[in-house]
Amino acid sequence: MTQQNTLAAPAPWSATPTHAEARKPRALVPPRLSQSRLLIGPALLVLIWEAASRLGFLSPSTLTAPSQALVTGYEMVVDGSLLPHLLASAGRAYTGLLLGVVAGVLLALLSGLTRTGEALLDGLVQIKRAVPTLALIPLAIIWLGIGEAMKILLIFTAVLVPIYINTHAALRGIDVRHVELAQTLGLSRSEFVRKVALPGALPGFFVGLRISVSLCWTALVVLELINTQTGIGYLMNRARDWGQTDIIVVGILIYALLGLLSDAVVRRIEARVLAYRKALGS
Amino acid sequence: MTQASPLGSVQLRGFSRGFNGKKVLDDLRLDVPTGQFVALLGESGSGKTTVLRALAGLDGDAQSSGTATAQGNVSVLFQDSRLLPWLTVIDNLTLGLDAAAARPAAEQMLRDVGLDDKAHVWPNTLSGGQLQRAALARSLLREPHVLLADEPFGALDALTRMRMHGLLFRLVERIKPTVILVTHDVDESLLLADRILVLKNGTIAQDYAVDLPHPRRPDHPRFMDLRSSLLSSLGVETELA
Repeated sequence: MTQQNTLAAPAPWSATPTHAEARKPRALVPPRLSQSRLLIGPALLVLIWEAASRLGFLSPSTLTAPSQALVTGYEMVVDGSLLPHLLASAGRAYTGLLLGVVAGVLLALLSGLTRTGEALLDGLVQIKRAVPTLALIPLAIIWLGIGEAMKILLIFTAVLVPIYINTHAALRGIDVRHVELAQTLGLSRSEFVRKVALPGALPGFFVGLRISVSLCWTALVVLELINTQTGIGYLMNRARDWGQTDIIVVGILIYALLGLLSDAVVRRIEARVLAYRKALGS
Repeated sequence: MTQASPLGSVQLRGFSRGFNGKKVLDDLRLDVPTGQFVALLGESGSGKTTVLRALAGLDGDAQSSGTATAQGNVSVLFQDSRLLPWLTVIDNLTLGLDAAAARPAAEQMLRDVGLDDKAHVWPNTLSGGQLQRAALARSLLREPHVLLADEPFGALDALTRMRMHGLLFRLVERIKPTVILVTHDVDESLLLADRILVLKNGTIAQDYAVDLPHPRRPDHPRFMDLRSSLLSSLGVETELA
């Protein structure tokens, strides 16, 4: 009897439901920003820069106005003086990138899947990782001269490291539960590598690839300061001698664009290949 | 001395296993005949999962002695479904098999577990219960002689678990593997098993034959008797339970 009464009586907390509803959950993390709003910061910087130039705070000999750089860039495209240099740079950067990615993946597989491979390779790559690429320039010049081969070799060695490190770490960090599953399903070694180890390592590989695509351009800038007659780096270096800050800014913009574009391309490929990760919702 | 044991039978002979010097399983001896459904009950830390891992060949440690063998093909049903996230559900089912040849059977198995519309989706779009149904389908698709199940429904909500009991029972009836089901759920073991073993202090403390007809009802007097007896051997006050 008394028990029934207690059950029927309204619980104190249910008496004021509006109170609970009115209270919004406090967000500990800011809500997601839309992609376009990420451009607010850069746009603001360009505006201030342009204003400073127009108002005379920035002389063209120190730094050209962004509008002037755009005009110069457009003229260089139209008169055909930009494209050969861009192609020369891209050729170097992407040849080095391609070689570095292939070699990095192969080494990571050897080292991640065999003990002999790890014993032979991992230490070497870790040491290479600690040595700045630019420190190898003198040796590379002595070995290969100051031509294209030297530049491509250095980009190759720079790119190889992040590809190797990230792919290797992903292979070593493979989920033990997946290994056990493969064991109980009686997977052969090659099936295990193809169906379990490699797909599991792909996210790590893509992290490495995204670092590498921007790294190949970074390495290039410095290398193109050494005895070249072509390339964006060469253009910028020559512009320094003539005090043409507009061409220097054009070069910087090209590097920025290439970096962003390359990253966007890799992200697109990544999103497609790793589609299974995003299968839920957004 | 050892004669060939029939396919599907399970044997433990003087099986001991220590962890860092502490003995968890001590000189275990067990014979399970082909086709028997055995539930292995025990408190957490009693070593029931260790028995299962040894039978599955997943325990390659030097701190064990004796033998733990399961004759014939063995399938393992883990507590987490362990579907590979980068393979679709049906590719997960046929993993390790000749995919083209196993496909019709895999599709049939997905129909049996009610996931035929999920064959081509990624695992992370499935609910916990659906994942475990897919894992069950994967383990039984191989028509194993022995099914080793390690608390397969432990992470599911109560309603889903009840449905899974029925599903597991029907599929086991049809495929007839020997089953070793590790669980801490007394009702689960009473609903499903022919025989219940209680693991305590590293040995088999109790060995019950469950002679109730299927489908079993929890309000059957014999069911309730066994239940309180099992609970008390697990050290639970039945008056409260």
